[in-house]
Amino acid sequence: MADNKPKLQVSAIKNGTVIDHIPARHLFKVISILNLDHIKTQITFGTNLESKKLGYKAIIKLSEVYFKDEDINKIALIAPHAKLNIIKDFNVTTKRQVEVPDQIKGIAKCGNPNCITNNDNVNTIFYVLPKDKEKVALKCHYCEKITDPEDMEVF
Amino acid sequence: MKNKSLISINDYSKEQILRTLDLAEDFEKNPSQPVLQGKVIATLFFEPSTRTKMSFESAINRLGGQVIGFASKEGSSVQKGESLKDTIKTVSNYCDLIVMRHPLEGSARYASEVASVPVINAGDGANQHPTQTMLDLYSIRKTQETLENLNLFMVGDLKYGRTVHSLLMAMSYFNTTYNFVSPEELRIPEEYKMFLKEHKLKYKEHIDFTDIISEADIIYMTRIQRERFSDPMEYEKTKNSYMLRRDMLKDTKENLKVLHPLPRINEINEDVDDSKQSYYFTQALNGVYTRMAIMSSILGLK
Repeated sequence: MADNKPKLQVSAIKNGTVIDHIPARHLFKVISILNLDHIKTQITFGTNLESKKLGYKAIIKLSEVYFKDEDINKIALIAPHAKLNIIKDFNVTTKRQVEVPDQIKGIAKCGNPNCITNNDNVNTIFYVLPKDKEKVALKCHYCEKITDPEDMEVF
Repeated sequence: MKNKSLISINDYSKEQILRTLDLAEDFEKNPSQPVLQGKVIATLFFEPSTRTKMSFESAINRLGGQVIGFASKEGSSVQKGESLKDTIKTVSNYCDLIVMRHPLEGSARYASEVASVPVINAGDGANQHPTQTMLDLYSIRKTQETLENLNLFMVGDLKYGRTVHSLLMAMSYFNTTYNFVSPEELRIPEEYKMFLKEHKLKYKEHIDFTDIISEADIIYMTRIQRERFSDPMEYEKTKNSYMLRRDMLKDTKENLKVLHPLPRINEINEDVDDSKQSYYFTQALNGVYTRMAIMSSILGLK
């Protein structure tokens, strides 16, 4: 299989999900967006793996874990090239890419310290706007200011 | 527009803006229309703004409505630590409409989501102040007899000035040509230039405007605040370059009018006040008519 090149030193899983092509610098943000610290099954991470496309990438292998589209798409803001492989009995059964959602609720902090969401108990809502071909910008529903996903803080 | 909050000028379409301006014109012709009789309107000013508060309250009183509220958070329940949500939910029980000024950006949008009555944003931090924009539009249309195809000069603090940003966006409906005049440090932010490019509208940026002032239909002056400069020497050097004096108005267009959201400090020399181009004090009066129009249409009375 093309995905199992010998340089990937992360062991295979029997059933579950593999998230590949995460920019290495955003691995820990992806972990917190997907709430992986609350998962009880086996998870293996690899990071700072060389990647032609990303420079350095990270990979996450989750045993017996499957995501809803709306949940996994949240990581598209910081890992737009992430690829998902669904594994059944050591074989890849489904491959797909993440898609950037139109709106994100309650995962990221607004970058504007003077925004009501950073001062009162208000859940954040952002509209995802195209910035250029590769990048998106997040417009706060409340203060209308733009937050760059690169600088975004995850709750 | 009935029962619809007014939080950002972008909440109104071109048609809704024009309808509001027509209504304001009607109030200017007949200011004594007791359409707000029997209505209670709360003016909640979490930070002081004498001018805006008085303008709203004048409009409410002239239309026969009653005002309740507070002028600053000192002495209100907010000082005891009450959340904005609780204040708004409680005050919703006491009134038909809330007019709110708050130092935090996004507070007005949030208030409109928790309130059971409509909310008018009277300024949320550096974000929006839509009734100011509406009175600016009214003043432009009144002095130019149209909003279409005008050459709008915006001068001063174009980086932080929220009135500039809202007016720029509202005027994009009317094929406006923009000229931005500001010191290097206070240039119009990139996002607004992108907005104008998307809408295929012409704009230019300038450091100085003495040579081009003859092209202007409207000059919209704003105050440059010392604290906006990282280098105080830079402020001292630049402050006088963005000051409008009467002698600069000599060879200008017949229809030119000078607007300013006020308060003015020294960016318009007092010798401009009694020139035929000065319009900023009448502009403040127009605020009463436009607020009459906005409140009565939100309450479904007009």
